[in-house]
Amino acid sequence: MSLFFQSLLGATEGAVAQSILWSIMTLGVYITFKVLDFPDLTVDGSFATGGAVSAVLVTQGVDPLLSLLIALLAGMACGYVTGFLHTRLEIPGILAGILTMIALYSVNIRIMGQSNTSLLGVSTIFTVLSGMFAGMSMNLLTILVGSVFAAAVILLLYWFFGTEIGCAVRATCNNEYMVRALGVNTNYTKILGLVLSNGLVALSGALVAQNQGYGDVQMGTGTIMVGLASVIIGEVLMGSRFSFAYKLISAVVGSVIYRVIIAIVLQMGLQSTDLKLLTAAMVAVALAIPVVRKRMLKKAPEEEQEDAE
Amino acid sequence: MIQLSHVYKTFNANTINEKKALVNVNLTIESGDFITVIGGNGAGKSTMLNLIAGVFPCDGGQILLDGEDLTRQPEYRRAKLLGRVFQDPMMGTASEMGIEENLAMAYRRGRRRSLRWGIRQEERALYREKLKTLELGLEDRLSSKVGLLSGGQRQALTLLMATLQKPRLLLLDEHTAALDPKTARKVLELTDEIVERDRLTTMMVTHNMRDAIRLGNRLIMMHEGRIILDIMGEEKKKLEVKDLLEMFEKASGSEMDNDRMLLS
Ligand SMILES: Nc1ncnc2c1ncn2[C@@H]1O[C@H](COP(=O)(O)OP(=O)(O)OP(=O)(O)O)[C@@H](O)[C@H]1O
Ligand SMILES: [Mg+2]
Repeated sequence: MSLFFQSLLGATEGAVAQSILWSIMTLGVYITFKVLDFPDLTVDGSFATGGAVSAVLVTQGVDPLLSLLIALLAGMACGYVTGFLHTRLEIPGILAGILTMIALYSVNIRIMGQSNTSLLGVSTIFTVLSGMFAGMSMNLLTILVGSVFAAAVILLLYWFFGTEIGCAVRATCNNEYMVRALGVNTNYTKILGLVLSNGLVALSGALVAQNQGYGDVQMGTGTIMVGLASVIIGEVLMGSRFSFAYKLISAVVGSVIYRVIIAIVLQMGLQSTDLKLLTAAMVAVALAIPVVRKRMLKKAPEEEQEDAE
Repeated sequence: MIQLSHVYKTFNANTINEKKALVNVNLTIESGDFITVIGGNGAGKSTMLNLIAGVFPCDGGQILLDGEDLTRQPEYRRAKLLGRVFQDPMMGTASEMGIEENLAMAYRRGRRRSLRWGIRQEERALYREKLKTLELGLEDRLSSKVGLLSGGQRQALTLLMATLQKPRLLLLDEHTAALDPKTARKVLELTDEIVERDRLTTMMVTHNMRDAIRLGNRLIMMHEGRIILDIMGEEKKKLEVKDLLEMFEKASGSEMDNDRMLLS
């Protein structure tokens, strides 16, 4: 029993450490899923694009920090493509995301010249930092780097969505008609949301690639599910309050809890190949809960009425 | 001055559902006009307002505002000239956002949006003062979500939003139709007050003939996509409901469908 907990603790520490890098992806998914009300499947591709761009650049001797910035820009370009397909060419949102995601598979292999790029013996932000702080464990270092990035992204998003342009983006999903009647090009605000979101997703992919020591064309598969599950777990655990900053923090906490849950079920003997099923089931249940609850609430007064008649 | 010349609009052209919503509409709106628009179901009233606002493009004709050609301008660009209130109280406001956030977005209608903060402190005083004129107590609830307001409160707020930046033309499409009679009257009085005070050029669609006669300086009646009556000035002041009904029958050759026209 104690052995179980010991190995769980070991597994969890690693999981928590990486989950903070993944939480930046969750913040990106939060923007599309919650703010824009647009389930954006581009992220499966753009996460790997971030990893691929950063991995290739770092192996070519580009500064690891600079490579993160370029990965961010590459992700933004992916978001732009989906936004263009959706708004200008009027392709339904889910399909627009799938199209970009599929196309990015080929693009990502082109970027790397093969299906993966190893960072063995190449200096990444993590190897550089572990050289600077020799006594620190890699997990702790990962947590520190991840926390700094997550905090910076939360501050940036909080600021952005409070600005005039940010308000217009938030209002677009709430009431497009009004936003247009108030003089805002809603194509522009939708594209902007997708650009911002996929930029963050790619940044997250770049950080994960540098952390795990390789970029891989498959590394983004299922990202959207992980992101949705994390957003939903965060919301369920932390409640949905009015404050925007609080909701962003919930998304980060959700990412961490998601990884802890995964670590626990793996420890309990589930195969890692079962995880996709588990994640999909989690998202399905979480999405179903409000619907079922509403149906039950609606049923109750109806029955009362029948009684009264 | 707003000029509609030879404006046509057909929905679902060349299909079995083809519907000629507007047929050769010509209308010149002078600055300061307060026009009430009446007509039966499907007469084309909403279509005319939506064409002016640019919700969909004209099939033919031209729309000029003070000489500026609006015909091909997208909706969001024309918005700087127009204030709009819709029939559905949900359409004019963002329910998930606060009252002040909605007002702040309306305050920026037609201005370039930047990365400056969405609401500045000094605006709040202005909003509070404006909300006070509605006499609905909203001035104490600046940060409440608009979704919590009643339909009447939302329409009053939308009216305020539409006129916060003085529009060159105010478009009201049955904006009291979804409200209960008492609230409808209140919102209508408010409309009259604001139009009067700010001397707004206004087009108001209504299905209440009494209101159409009582308010404004000019009345137009539509039927099957055409303007069949255009009455202004002294002639309009003397108008009565039964005159309108007679004129309608003469001009259209059919009886007014009374089910939606409120005669009382
Ligand atoms: N988006 C649309 N697509 C197809 N047909 C439309 C559309 N909008 C309006 N129509 C049709 O055009 C005609 C004119 O509609 P419109 O909404 O302008 O009438 P209205 O005068 O506003 O009537 P109401 O008093 O019912 O609001 C109607 O027959 C309507 O069915
Ligand atoms: Mg109408």
